Amino acid sequence: MPYIPHDSAETAAMLEAIGVARLEDLFDEIPQALQSDVSALPEGCGEARLRREMEERAAEQAPLRCFAGAGAYAHHIPAIVWEIARRGEFYSAYTPYQAEASQGTLQLLYEFQSFMTRLTGMEISNASLYDGASALAEACLMALRLRPAAREILIPEGLLPHWRRVLDALLPMQGIRLRSLPQDPQSGRLLLPGEDFPEAAALILPQINRFGVLEEVDALAHWAESHNLLRIAVVNPLALALLKAPGDWGEQGADIVVGEGQPLGVPLAAGGPYFGFLTCRRDYVRQLPGRLVAKTVDAAGQVAYCLTLQAREQHIRRAGATSNICTNQGLLVTAATIHLATLGANGLRAAAARAHQQAQRLRALLARLPGVELPHAGPVFNEFVLRLPRPAPSVRDGLLAHGFLAGVPLIELNPADDPHDLLVACTELSEDEDLDGYASALAGVLGEA
Amino acid sequence: MSQVPAQLRYSTTHEWVAQLVPGRYRVGITDHAQELLGDVVFVELPQTGQAVQAEAACGVIESVKAASDLYSPLSGEVVASNAELTDNPQWLNEDPYDKGWIFEIQADEKDFAQLLDAAAYQNSIGE
Repeated sequence: MPYIPHDSAETAAMLEAIGVARLEDLFDEIPQALQSDVSALPEGCGEARLRREMEERAAEQAPLRCFAGAGAYAHHIPAIVWEIARRGEFYSAYTPYQAEASQGTLQLLYEFQSFMTRLTGMEISNASLYDGASALAEACLMALRLRPAAREILIPEGLLPHWRRVLDALLPMQGIRLRSLPQDPQSGRLLLPGEDFPEAAALILPQINRFGVLEEVDALAHWAESHNLLRIAVVNPLALALLKAPGDWGEQGADIVVGEGQPLGVPLAAGGPYFGFLTCRRDYVRQLPGRLVAKTVDAAGQVAYCLTLQAREQHIRRAGATSNICTNQGLLVTAATIHLATLGANGLRAAAARAHQQAQRLRALLARLPGVELPHAGPVFNEFVLRLPRPAPSVRDGLLAHGFLAGVPLIELNPADDPHDLLVACTELSEDEDLDGYASALAGVLGEA
Repeated sequence: MSQVPAQLRYSTTHEWVAQLVPGRYRVGITDHAQELLGDVVFVELPQTGQAVQAEAACGVIESVKAASDLYSPLSGEVVASNAELTDNPQWLNEDPYDKGWIFEIQADEKDFAQLLDAAAYQNSIGE
């Protein structure tokens, strides 16, 4: 079967039928500057030739030890995870349209929701969203539905800049103001705000923040409670194996919890697809976006799973829907659920503890190098900022030749950041010899200057 | 045949309106409306103090079949709502004209007089 479904005669017939002279005219609305020049592509080639070319190119790239993070991390994924996730019974991206006919899929989503409520310490979880950043945007919209008189969301500068850009893209068009709260440059932590925000609905609390630093979430949550603000927690699900669950933050706990699910069995790939999760208090369930699976019994009294509270969703509520998210990241959630079930609570804690331990070791090793500083005094989990004596992008590039992807230069995420700052992450895959190798390679690269 | 009490007034969007005193009215949904909706599982009430417009949505009624907007039959200010429905949404099915009242509104007597009487409403629903 050909991959291109119509030939030039068919294309011409269709253009004539709709009264358009040229195919290009269909794309008139796209500004010229954004249109790619297709003629610049090389000639097509056969599958065997293409495969050979790709293999040759792949061989040019030596395997790198990965210390880059900034929201997505190179974790170990047990082989069983994708072996099972790829089985025909699971290998579909969607919740099926006749959902209840697929009890296995629904049971898996129910197990996923159960895992996420336990990790985050909340009562309700949906069946996932597109990614962490869009889950946060949905959480902000949810907070404003819960506080109809409010118009503002408080966002610490410790939120990852690429997450912030998603909020900038989705929220202001709906009349929502985003107000930034500054971090303390010494500790790397969020400063407790000294003013009131009468029009704000919620405070976003990233734990861990974008400098890898742990925030004083109890004090911050308490401040938000005393100012009658909802608390939206942004968390790394792996870190929750060790850190206090958002449901226990402050006196009353977080109201909504979101995060990026990638650390749970999802490969880095080239930046996606990943999945987002969103959990909340039971009282807020009717404002929750996305699919929700429940456990019930059928007419014969047997356990059965069903989609529930669908009246929130757009296929029933139309324009009045709680959100227009009508799908989930089914396949990635399948992998995450198998991943969590495989590791278990102890395995998850062990991976988190190892990542933390190796980050502490590497941080200490690197801080001993001449000219290298640690700009933030606050405690870290698996990621930290290193202030280098030279601009971070050139140092990162220099370390590639030594087999290390050394981290993410902060200015590549936020141009206002210090160009010497490099964000370095460890995971349970960071072996002792990798840490020693990184330190000596960095010493060599800095010495070359 | 659904019940259409003679002493009440009605809207074409299936709300009943009872005059408590001139200028203050109690609102619920009709027996016919609850039959159409099926088992009600959740009611989102209008807020006390909220200004509402006639024929505009002011709340949500969710049943096992659908979620429907609740419309105000009169323009005015919401002065009370039936908080007990939050825990007992089934009252809308079981007792739509008494325990299932939804909210009370301060509104103009002249607007009330314009609403359908029982015979006209019965006619509008084809019964």
